[in-house]
Amino acid sequence: MFVASSWHLRGVLLILISLLLAVTSYAMDAPETIEIDALTQYYQRVEFNHQLHVEVAEDCSVCHHHTTGTGTTDPYCGKCHGQFEELDVVSCADCHSAEPFSAESIHRQSQQDLFHVDMNGLKGAYHQNCLGCHQEMDGPTGCQDCHARTELGDELYHSGKFAPKSTGQAASH
Amino acid sequence: MSKVSRRKFLAGGLAGGAAVMLAPAEKVLAAGSFSGFPDGMGVLVDLTRCVGCRSCEAACNKEQQLPAPDLPFDDLSVFDQTFHQGTQKRRPTEKAYTVVNRYRPEELDKPVYRKIQCNHCNEPACLTSCFVNAYTKTKEGAVIYDSSVCVGCRNCMIACPFNVPAYSYSEVLSPVVKKCIFCYDSRVKHGQPPACVEICPAQALTFGKRKDLLKIARMRLKKSPDKYQQEIYGEKQVGGTGWLYIAETPFEELGFDTSLQQEPIIDNVKGFLGMVPMVLAIWPALFTGFHLLATKHKDHAHDDSRVEEEKR
Repeated sequence: MFVASSWHLRGVLLILISLLLAVTSYAMDAPETIEIDALTQYYQRVEFNHQLHVEVAEDCSVCHHHTTGTGTTDPYCGKCHGQFEELDVVSCADCHSAEPFSAESIHRQSQQDLFHVDMNGLKGAYHQNCLGCHQEMDGPTGCQDCHARTELGDELYHSGKFAPKSTGQAASH
Repeated sequence: MSKVSRRKFLAGGLAGGAAVMLAPAEKVLAAGSFSGFPDGMGVLVDLTRCVGCRSCEAACNKEQQLPAPDLPFDDLSVFDQTFHQGTQKRRPTEKAYTVVNRYRPEELDKPVYRKIQCNHCNEPACLTSCFVNAYTKTKEGAVIYDSSVCVGCRNCMIACPFNVPAYSYSEVLSPVVKKCIFCYDSRVKHGQPPACVEICPAQALTFGKRKDLLKIARMRLKKSPDKYQQEIYGEKQVGGTGWLYIAETPFEELGFDTSLQQEPIIDNVKGFLGMVPMVLAIWPALFTGFHLLATKHKDHAHDDSRVEEEKR
């Protein structure tokens, strides 16, 4: 009897936890801001105002393709992803790899009978999607308009305090 | 009587000899060209994606430990630089193995940026032209060079159809040729993408096996026929290059040389070079034979005349 009640308790706890998870994930559905920090080396992380972009874009599929249950406008993708079904993976990094040219990805390129062979890496996906829209809608398009450069970045670009002393014209060829 | 027959014999012999020599020469010509190592790597450059940020130039500078640039890499005024009375845009130099140039095609309302570096040909003309064998086409697809054997003749600079190799004119004692090596030593040899590809924010550069990249490029052309010219620059040019390009506007508007031949540069001299050993092997024997035959009678005649002279 005592053992059985313990099982009951555990069951109730499980249900409670899963309910809680469901509620939080529902609340996470449209986060107000997202910190993009997967690729910080030469640039600082981006504090992405998700709420603002939800309002501007109106349609989630503009960025989330077919994963948010709003369908896809791309007829090419619609062949497979026409049904409006919300998926568990909605984060960019869930599909777009931060390392698009790893040995595994290179091998995948050769499997041309698969779909998504030509999928962008995370950085490429961000910039193509963001910049394309920003150019059309007069959003910020300069590198540092969205993310400030780190000191390592300044060093790489020979800019800021690492700028060349003589700024004469290049004596090229 | 005997003179005429000898002439006929010589003519026939020459014709026969020429036929003998031309037959194998044709074989050499038809031997086919090398279309690259099967797993050779390359880069697909999608010019519709490049935003002209010059990050690739910065990454190249760091990776190859090149000297500091004259202007910061985030200074976009370099796109306005021209050389030779405004006829030329920037070119790779000893200090910069890759440069990005800006073009403004009339039919587009936005500029197009084009990255220049070594295209890593399947059959490199630089390699063909180098008489100290400094150049190597590796099985990974990179065209590398051994500057320790470079004598500074600069034949490769003339041979390269893309004007890529630069010369370290600033070096006083031992100037050598300098060019992009596909980050071979530090990256591509180990299966990693070159520095420029890794840093490219817009993934305008896609690293992969050349044969896969060709398929990916064709897929993009097919999927968006309105967005792309239906041509892959580098697929056929000079026998194929490791770096491939797709663009929205015709390539000649973006500074690409569209007049290049489809055959490797070496094909222009392959027939001739194939004949050289043949000539060296056959001609001495052939002409010694001719000489012996031709002088056989003459010697007798000479002897006769000498005898006649002696008689007098």
